[in-house]
Amino acid sequence: MASKTIKLDYLARVEGEGAFKVVVRDGAVKHAELRIFEPPRFFEAFLRGRSYMEVPDITARICGICPIAYMMGSIHALEKVLGIKIDGQLRELRRLIYCGEWIESHVLHVFMLHAPDFLGYDSVIQMAKDHGDLVKKALEFKKVGNDIMTTIGGREIHPINVRVGGFYRVPTKRELQPLAEKLKGVRDFAIEAIRLVAKFDFPDSERDYEFVALRHPSEYPLNEGRLVSNKGMDIPIEDYDATFEETHVEHSTALHSHIRGRGPYFTGPLARYSLNFDKLTPTAQQVAREVGLGKTCNNPFKSIVVRLVESLYAVEEALRIIAAYEPPEKPFVEGTVRAGSGCHATEAPRGICYHRYTIDDAGLVTFARIIAPTSQNQPTIEKDLTSFVGNWLDLPDKELQYRCEQAIRNYDPCISCSCHFLKLDVDRG
Amino acid sequence: MAAKKPRLAVWKFASCDGCQLSLLDCEDELLAVAGAVDIAYFPEATRGEISGKYDVSLVEGSVTTAHDAERILDVRARSRVVITIGACATAGGIQALKNFADVKEFTAAVYAHPEYIHTLATSTAISAHIKVDFELRGCPINKMQLVEVVSAFVAGRKPVTPAHSVCIECKLKNNVCVMVAHAKPCLGPVTHAGCGALCPSYDRGCYGCFGPMETPNTVSLSRQMAHLGMSRADLKRVYSTFNVNAEEFRKERERHG
Repeated sequence: MASKTIKLDYLARVEGEGAFKVVVRDGAVKHAELRIFEPPRFFEAFLRGRSYMEVPDITARICGICPIAYMMGSIHALEKVLGIKIDGQLRELRRLIYCGEWIESHVLHVFMLHAPDFLGYDSVIQMAKDHGDLVKKALEFKKVGNDIMTTIGGREIHPINVRVGGFYRVPTKRELQPLAEKLKGVRDFAIEAIRLVAKFDFPDSERDYEFVALRHPSEYPLNEGRLVSNKGMDIPIEDYDATFEETHVEHSTALHSHIRGRGPYFTGPLARYSLNFDKLTPTAQQVAREVGLGKTCNNPFKSIVVRLVESLYAVEEALRIIAAYEPPEKPFVEGTVRAGSGCHATEAPRGICYHRYTIDDAGLVTFARIIAPTSQNQPTIEKDLTSFVGNWLDLPDKELQYRCEQAIRNYDPCISCSCHFLKLDVDRG
Repeated sequence: MAAKKPRLAVWKFASCDGCQLSLLDCEDELLAVAGAVDIAYFPEATRGEISGKYDVSLVEGSVTTAHDAERILDVRARSRVVITIGACATAGGIQALKNFADVKEFTAAVYAHPEYIHTLATSTAISAHIKVDFELRGCPINKMQLVEVVSAFVAGRKPVTPAHSVCIECKLKNNVCVMVAHAKPCLGPVTHAGCGALCPSYDRGCYGCFGPMETPNTVSLSRQMAHLGMSRADLKRVYSTFNVNAEEFRKERERHG
């Protein structure tokens, strides 16, 4: 049977609503599409007319899994307009809460959504019947991420304590101390988990990607840096619009991104890791080497290991910040409300999250643009399907469908974000 | 043989996924919940498919497309009990701001090809479409309230969730009133309890993410916030967030132009 269509109408274990379709003709993949049918929610339209102070609380609602990413992106972009520069302990606290989100989001994806694929279960709940101890430890690990979010942000989903200029209230040294104890408590498991997951059976699927991530001279990127790639890109965030373009395709309510004149690119943990290995903590580097990961990684199926290396990094970075923490005198810095435009990108758990706003002299938004990591990765996910599925055509339809699903889950696609949902369709003719 | 466990389903409509994530965020309770119920349909967490009837359906998100308006009828037909979770499902969510705008203009503002986008002119609560057995509020919901509500329905009792305002939660926490003492505008007096008075505990006024309490005196609160310096436009905006389509907030919004 040389021609068929593989399709799945509702992708499971992803955040949001999506589907996919792969068309095979004469033994070759002719076409692959990731359909996103998450209903559009029009954030960029209704942000117009809102006060700059309301923006982060609203953008947080784009995604319940990575609200900090959407808050930090809008906050930094707006601070550029208001002439606010954050440094010292306020800057460190922002890194700390972002570490919390990375841990919560990565561990959720690795153990609740992704590991069941490798271990052959439909869900983590099924997996827990045979691997109870592992699931318990993973839940504990994830909880530490949520505890960081809750301590600093007030709650883990849609934190309330993050604002343009800093925070409404900053934690005392004493309030952060229990977090340090909990982080130390999960650090050994964070290492053990990398060793365990690195033993999973990975398909030999590598491609020559253009990785794009932030890079900062002295730290693994979270909130700041230049946009760099392994194919020579090295630009300030301000050049984003001149470098990347978004197009609207019929099968998706999320816009697709490309590098102008070059094509699809890859953002997220694999890109970040491959471009910033030298900025990981010594332990994270050493454990990555020990499990044979290398300084760069081109196999998207191994993203599960990279997410755990980044989670270990986040644990150690959080510990560093807490150990050196002194509460800043003021919880926030005031800026000057004036008309202007500002843009910024931060490293959300799933990759670069770009925001651009224009406000008027009363501080009301007149223009908003937000580009989620999953929408940037969509063309790359489709290309992965096109190039990998060719090697899997001997598999029975059901298995082939499952394999395609896994290829998509490698990206931890957050469809709620990107559209601000997903279905599989393999057409073999 | 053990008694048959109740079948639980989790459904998503237009939303950010945060409220269903609350279930996975119950790290200490998740395995106990999974032990007490059969999680039969929960695509964010499992590949299991839609089949047969469910004892309890948790519904997240609002209805914004013609397809979803049909789909919710099927959810009702398959479910003994329907519980809506979060501001999107109980009030229409932040995306209900489009109810007050020209949706064609909204689509053109975001998408290059508005003709590819199929969306209704409104974002509405699940209860506008089907009979709902219980509504759990919040943007996001409080996960401990979720555990209480699921446990109550599984046990066949009434859930214990407070109906008072955020003000009572502040008093219980010994918070100093941010509005009286610090002249900060606060929606606490008209907002449904459930968050534990989070914002005032972090030195800011409540922004109403749990939606209106029963019979709130929004007129009086708006008068007080105007005294504190809020303009008509500010007052209109403050009611125009995650619960803008909840009746009491919508009416108060309309009073301000």
